[in-house]
Amino acid sequence: MGAELALFADSLVRSTPLIIAGLAVALAFRGGVFNIGAEGQLLVGAIAATTVSLAGSDALGRFIVVVSLISAALAGAVWAGIAAELRRRFHVLEIISTIMLNFIAIYLVSFLVRGPLQESTHIYPQTESLAASARLPLLIPDTRLHMGFAVAVAIAALLSWVFRKTAAGFRIRATGASPRAALTAGRIDISKTSFLVFLFSGALAGIAGGIEVTGVTFALYENLSPGYGYTAIAVALIAGLSPLGIIGSGIFFGVLETGAIALQREFGVPSSLASVVEAAFILGALALAAMKGRRISGFTAAR
Amino acid sequence: MSAFETFLEGAVRTATPLGFAALGETVAERSGIINIGLEGAIIAGAFGGFVAAGSGSIWIGFAGAMTAGIAVALVFAFFAIQMRADQIITGTAISLLFLGLTATLYQQVYGATGAALTIPTMGSTDLPLLSSIPVFGRALFAQPAITYLLYAIIPIVWWWMYHTHEGLGLRATGEDPRAAVAAGVHARRFQLLSVLFGGAMGGIAGGVLVIAQAGSFAEGMSAGRGFIAIAIVVLGRWHPLGVAAAALIFGAASALQYFFQALGWPVPYQLFLALPYVLTLCGLAGIAGKAVAPASLGRWPDQV
Amino acid sequence: MSADTARDSVLDLHEITKQFGSVVALDRVSLRIRRGRIAALLGENGAGKTTLMRIAFGMIQPDSGWMEVNGNRRRFASPSDAIAAGVGMVHQQFSLVPVMTVADNVALGGRGKLSTSQILGTLKRIALETGLELDPFTKVENLGSADRQKLEIIRTLAHDAKIMILDEPTAVLTPRDVSDLFRQLKTFAASGGAVVLITHKLADARAHADDVTVLRHGRVVLSSHMSATTEDSLATAMLGRSSRAITQAKARQLDEAASSVASLVAVVLPDRIARPPLNLEIKAGEILGIAALDGSAQLLLRVLAGRTKPRSGHIDLPSRIGFVPENRADEALIPEFSLPENLALADAGSRHGLLSWGSFRQHTQEIIDDFDVRTPDTNALPSQLSGGNQQRFVLGRELYDKPPLIILENPTQGLDLNATEFIHERLRKARSDGAAVVFYSSDLDELADLSDRVLVVSRSKVESVSPDRDQIGRALLGTNGS
Repeated sequence: MGAELALFADSLVRSTPLIIAGLAVALAFRGGVFNIGAEGQLLVGAIAATTVSLAGSDALGRFIVVVSLISAALAGAVWAGIAAELRRRFHVLEIISTIMLNFIAIYLVSFLVRGPLQESTHIYPQTESLAASARLPLLIPDTRLHMGFAVAVAIAALLSWVFRKTAAGFRIRATGASPRAALTAGRIDISKTSFLVFLFSGALAGIAGGIEVTGVTFALYENLSPGYGYTAIAVALIAGLSPLGIIGSGIFFGVLETGAIALQREFGVPSSLASVVEAAFILGALALAAMKGRRISGFTAAR
Repeated sequence: MSAFETFLEGAVRTATPLGFAALGETVAERSGIINIGLEGAIIAGAFGGFVAAGSGSIWIGFAGAMTAGIAVALVFAFFAIQMRADQIITGTAISLLFLGLTATLYQQVYGATGAALTIPTMGSTDLPLLSSIPVFGRALFAQPAITYLLYAIIPIVWWWMYHTHEGLGLRATGEDPRAAVAAGVHARRFQLLSVLFGGAMGGIAGGVLVIAQAGSFAEGMSAGRGFIAIAIVVLGRWHPLGVAAAALIFGAASALQYFFQALGWPVPYQLFLALPYVLTLCGLAGIAGKAVAPASLGRWPDQV
Repeated sequence: MSADTARDSVLDLHEITKQFGSVVALDRVSLRIRRGRIAALLGENGAGKTTLMRIAFGMIQPDSGWMEVNGNRRRFASPSDAIAAGVGMVHQQFSLVPVMTVADNVALGGRGKLSTSQILGTLKRIALETGLELDPFTKVENLGSADRQKLEIIRTLAHDAKIMILDEPTAVLTPRDVSDLFRQLKTFAASGGAVVLITHKLADARAHADDVTVLRHGRVVLSSHMSATTEDSLATAMLGRSSRAITQAKARQLDEAASSVASLVAVVLPDRIARPPLNLEIKAGEILGIAALDGSAQLLLRVLAGRTKPRSGHIDLPSRIGFVPENRADEALIPEFSLPENLALADAGSRHGLLSWGSFRQHTQEIIDDFDVRTPDTNALPSQLSGGNQQRFVLGRELYDKPPLIILENPTQGLDLNATEFIHERLRKARSDGAAVVFYSSDLDELADLSDRVLVVSRSKVESVSPDRDQIGRALLGTNGS
């Protein structure tokens, strides 16, 4: 059990929320929804998973993990649903509304861990720890790598299949690629399609938060997410919004960020350098696409 | 000062950096460019202002802030205008880039204890007569001098936008670049210059945070103001005067916490911190159908 | 030939060459425009006329060749340069800002302080000199296409243009507006201006132009005084063969007993403009042409195609309807999708479960063979196809499962003669197979050629006329007294 294995496992642990939130972003972008609120949806997913786990771990036994992840998905969907409804009914740009909702979610977490959900000694701004039965099982014993990573890979495979093989996935792609053609030539209900895409995207981000709580942190606290929801945008874009590609880019960013943290610890290199590298990758991808004459676009269905 | 005066003063103080950033973004968006990278311009402005103010001069500090903001806007413009890459994605990357870059530079140059560094800060300047107006006087006219610059820029931008041929050309570019070009307008040049203006204003907004308010730099101190400014532009319906009013309203919503703290109400402070964002969402829903974005905002036609 | 002297020349284009990708749009084209004359630039769609004039107006840069204005060599980096040099262009579309007023659109492109009174003065002067007049404070979005064109002409005059380029100016005009337009252009030329008229309509060019240049496939094939040409010589030059071999299919007598494919009873269209309710019955085996001004037919077509719901009334439509929208690139095809994916797009809204890409590919291949779509391969992207081949593919897709009703908007716009004839032939075949075909066209000749009956739609009424160019034109004008 070498240090390399531990570092590798840590990288995969780090990449898990990036992959799942990256899939949330990719689903939304492919469907023409500019959801940059994965961060907020991830946080409310974490809130829901924590609350359900703490409340129901005695009653539900081993099923508690499944139940808490489902509630995380629902919470993420509801949070995204606010922006989806604002877009559908009032034509509020989701770029703006999801960012506002991210801030609100951050303050909501802060309020909860210092208020109603604070641990019983009322010293630390965090919740009680989850019972062992409410935690995700490990994938590799004696490492930190949990089942969440397998879930992330499974979701990526599922999403890839949905995009390629199903009528619903095709509707999503058509709506995102050209809402007008989808409506006129395809007779697709684009308003309903993008609304549902928004909800499912939120649900995925919520699951990312739920997995982070049940697999890694075992409690809710402020700064639970070091901006997973924003990094996820880079993860999705660099993979060209391809679900299977996101497994790769998610792992790559997981390694990058874990490495940056290790570098900071060992050599004092600021770990914020990781986000500089991530941004450089996005810009590089944009430049490459522009030079090939293709366009990566996120504004097609915004209005 | 009464609790209400404290509240008003806080409203104007919060609104000042937002007003700068939102006004610049308004000009950019009227040319059809949405710059989500504004957050990056603000944080770069804060860092640039911090470094330049280290020279000992407040105004060199602001010049440094502005230059840094323009530099960020140039990077954005290269991708979004020159290469016609997607504006939202470019802007997101730019914000990420400069949040990371300023944090890295700050740690490298000043070390982890950089917070102890201090720079000269801009005190408030009382405007004679005006500052003695009851209730509103001190809140509006006993502010740092940079705030008065904002008061001056707002009507200038409004006049320029609606009473000059260049302002007309800018608005036409945002509505329909092809039509504007065909009518003899230099659409790209307008877009580039307005994005640079937006960057300069964003930089100054960052400078305000450091030089007129905090007195030091902190990682990520822009704290989402760039995104808020973009929402304020929508709330102000892309009109300079409306945007100024929206910035002030947002400032007021944020300053409510001082008001209620002064009154001693036992409400969790996080609710007040979240309140401006909730109100913004409600406001965006409320102006639905009335706000009309520039028709070509965020996209550039395939053929010009 | 005194008119040929360089002294009269105001705009000279020399050996202009322009390539788009692998397509040579212009091949060493030279053109001389003279003071006081109307020059026609004739050619089929895609011959390079508009590209050449966009180069003259600074919108596109040539790959090689040069320009002279009044004998001085010039290079226009943008339309702004061209306007400053006295060149004005009246475009087919996309050159006015809809949400702005007439006065703002005229002021656009100027410098310095914006003076409303100065613009009003300019507008008044132009109105006095030419009779061209519009309310300065009306928003362009509320103007009809004839008025928009008028505004573009006013704007070029306000910019003191000495050379006026008009791109297909008669396409959107009623016959009466056309004669008004040419009267004004003659006045402009008589006062020392020069006019370039881009058109593919022989008759317009013959009737009004002094000089003519014909482009075919990006090359000048004829350039002379109009008086030295005949209609036949121009047609030969344009088409590359002696006469248009169009089979003038006689309008069919409608079968009274034919079954009804679609019916509209007391339908009110979903726009804000007050219109009387509409009653319409469409029968199997007929081609119904729709004539209209200012896009007022679009809502009717979209309601017929089941794409838009009427505000009220009763509609009986078949479950399968083929629809070919006017804007191919935007509404019929998804540029990033392969041809099989674009085939799958039809009916995507009502499909469930899993997709069988094998059969989509097979159907795509059938359409490619049957409709003679020139494509690099079955999985190509639409952008790899020419406009005509894109339209063949779209038509093939929409006709694939033999729908009883087919709706088309301007089905041959921008297509060359071959593609146009092919599409007409396919529509006639669909009719003989028992389908009902409803199409809108802005081209009166196409309406007259293809239709069994024609419906003329205006804001106030809908009337049925027989497929005759003159009758359609009169009905559009609202002057039926003959």
